[in-house]
Amino acid sequence: MTKSSFDPRLALSVVGGKLTGTAIRLVGRGGGTAAPGLVADKVDTGLLTKLSAQLPQGAVLVAGTNGKTTTTRMIADIFQANSWQVVHNRSGSNLVRGVVAAYLGQSTPGGHIRGDIGVIEADEAAMPELVRRIQPQVIVLNNLFRDQLDRYGELDTIAKSWQKVVAQLSPEVTLIVNADDQTLVALTDNTPATRICIGLNEAHHRLESLPHAADAAVCRVCGADLEYRALYLSHLGEWYCTGCGRERPSLAFAAGDIALHGDRNSEMTVTATDGAHRLTVGVPGLYNAYNALASAAVARAFGVPWDVITSTLTGFQSAFGRIERIQYQNRSITLALVKNPTGFNEVLRMLTAETGALRHPTIICINDLDADGRDVSWLWDVDFELLAEGTGDLFTTGIRGADMANRLKYAGVPLTRIHPLSDDLAAAFDAFIQQVPEGASAYILPSYTAMLRLRKTLADRGIVQEFWEQ
Amino acid sequence: MTMQITIGWLYGAKMNIYGDRGNVVALQQRARWRGVDAQVQEIGIGEPVPAGIDIFFWGGGQDQEQVAVAKDIAGAKGEAIREAVERGAALLSICGGYQLLGHGYQPHDGEMLGGIGVFDAISTAGPTRFIGNVTIESPRFNTLVGFENHSGLTTLQGDCQPLGKVVHGHGNNGRDGTEGAIYKNAIGCYLHGALLPKNPHLTDWLLQSGLRHRYTEVDDLTPLDDALEFLAHENALSRSRTQT
Repeated sequence: MTKSSFDPRLALSVVGGKLTGTAIRLVGRGGGTAAPGLVADKVDTGLLTKLSAQLPQGAVLVAGTNGKTTTTRMIADIFQANSWQVVHNRSGSNLVRGVVAAYLGQSTPGGHIRGDIGVIEADEAAMPELVRRIQPQVIVLNNLFRDQLDRYGELDTIAKSWQKVVAQLSPEVTLIVNADDQTLVALTDNTPATRICIGLNEAHHRLESLPHAADAAVCRVCGADLEYRALYLSHLGEWYCTGCGRERPSLAFAAGDIALHGDRNSEMTVTATDGAHRLTVGVPGLYNAYNALASAAVARAFGVPWDVITSTLTGFQSAFGRIERIQYQNRSITLALVKNPTGFNEVLRMLTAETGALRHPTIICINDLDADGRDVSWLWDVDFELLAEGTGDLFTTGIRGADMANRLKYAGVPLTRIHPLSDDLAAAFDAFIQQVPEGASAYILPSYTAMLRLRKTLADRGIVQEFWEQ
Repeated sequence: MTMQITIGWLYGAKMNIYGDRGNVVALQQRARWRGVDAQVQEIGIGEPVPAGIDIFFWGGGQDQEQVAVAKDIAGAKGEAIREAVERGAALLSICGGYQLLGHGYQPHDGEMLGGIGVFDAISTAGPTRFIGNVTIESPRFNTLVGFENHSGLTTLQGDCQPLGKVVHGHGNNGRDGTEGAIYKNAIGCYLHGALLPKNPHLTDWLLQSGLRHRYTEVDDLTPLDDALEFLAHENALSRSRTQT
């Protein structure tokens, strides 16, 4: 199909989808980020494939439990800085219908897409279907952690479905794999695609032992125990198997000499085949070093020059709610999304890194709706024991705020520092702010739907933008 | 004299899913808060059951891990656990651990995984997955709350007593209204959550049973301030009532 040809079915589905999105925004029901895709997809199931084929630079797809929103945002920003028009499911709506909606948003009613390149964040379960439909020429596999297991069954199921997908890729596809994750290495070992391994070679920021949230360190191939020459984050590190001798492959892109500057930003050196590149990453925490590394590897795969990459990452601002700073009634508030054990552990590591303990009042907001995971047992895999020392009071709210408060008690936080508040987020937020002295700092750590609800409250008060406006 | 208690955590490295570790934390903390010194010994694959375990804990796992564990539990090791239960040791098992404490688990494909027969019960892979908040009423423990996430179906046989009757949720098999099993001081169930932190009365029963296993004379446990525990308990109870 050439770009000028007219496909009536495609056009009908684009128009139908667009109307749905407008209607939803008009009645004020939210961003309308996924429903238009559902409508358009029903009219023409080949829509994504047809629109993707029109993008001159093709597309990159990012999958993984943690960091996919931030990584795709970094990639999209780099491409924009490289003067490419980007088609991106930026609001984090990462199922097939969300991606369809993003493509629709940049298509003409005649079924032509306005853009140079697609940047797709893929939900773990939707990844195989999205790869089939979009046929991206670069795919990033970031990591696989325990997430909302009640949504997916078990990790094994995802790993197996991914393995099937990568076994069918063509050699022209570039597969960028976080080699610090042994599961991702094992499932891509026999791929026909061109595999590029990325990871950390870092001397300082290491863990002593596997955190509780990490899965058993067992070789995915032979079942023997896995050992680490260096362990960085959850089960990610320089691993080797004590049974079959598998080990982390050599890295085409390695991040090292990492300097973490608390909850502000970080610096690192990326060593690639074309030399070493020192860069600042505008968002904090070791997990964002991984995200920045992946985005740099993607950008290089598309031939973007290093100076565009480094300047974009330096100025990078994080995705909504992932980590965000707001001023409210003369208080400095840092908002950081917590959605699974590994992500939560890294946020706690970041908040306590510089002072060794929690110093500022903090409110944790836990919901148990579908998008949060209906099972709150994951809170028991987070190492809240880190908060037992320190002076910051801990407040809880959300539908399962009571579970959170109880978790803190069993982590050894003194009862005098635990304050369960109303499960109504807006009321709890106001009560919390009253407990933060004027001019002081505070942290808000919400689960996914709690974050959306909280941002709605803040948007209604004119403090932050609604997320689909970003 | 400081009292001591030893918790044996079976396959903690391999079978610890959906926050099951919280149960070990709850046992340890509630012992400590009463001045009882609680030691945790992990018992992994290839390691024998040490003497003197007062409370066993065995959590759930993913399929791959359950196969390796089933092999390991056959023979002397399973026998040692069964004997300990007969002598009055306390035991809590959840999901995968519970299944292997019955006569075994028949997966969809592959051979039957043999169990050790502490409970007169048999488990098979089912067609759907039961996921959600659960409330049960138990004759001994009154209300218990947890979160189930299993496709295995367990059927109690003979005189095997259920832990309780399902009020909200699916329980052992979604058919007969039972949840879990209890034999002497051993409990098996499908309740993740984690279970013990928000059911402190059950935690204390396990601790009391463990202490009676070790010492001939044991006073009743000192009551604790359980306000946060029961706040979480009520919270889970109301979620199981309102979920669709």
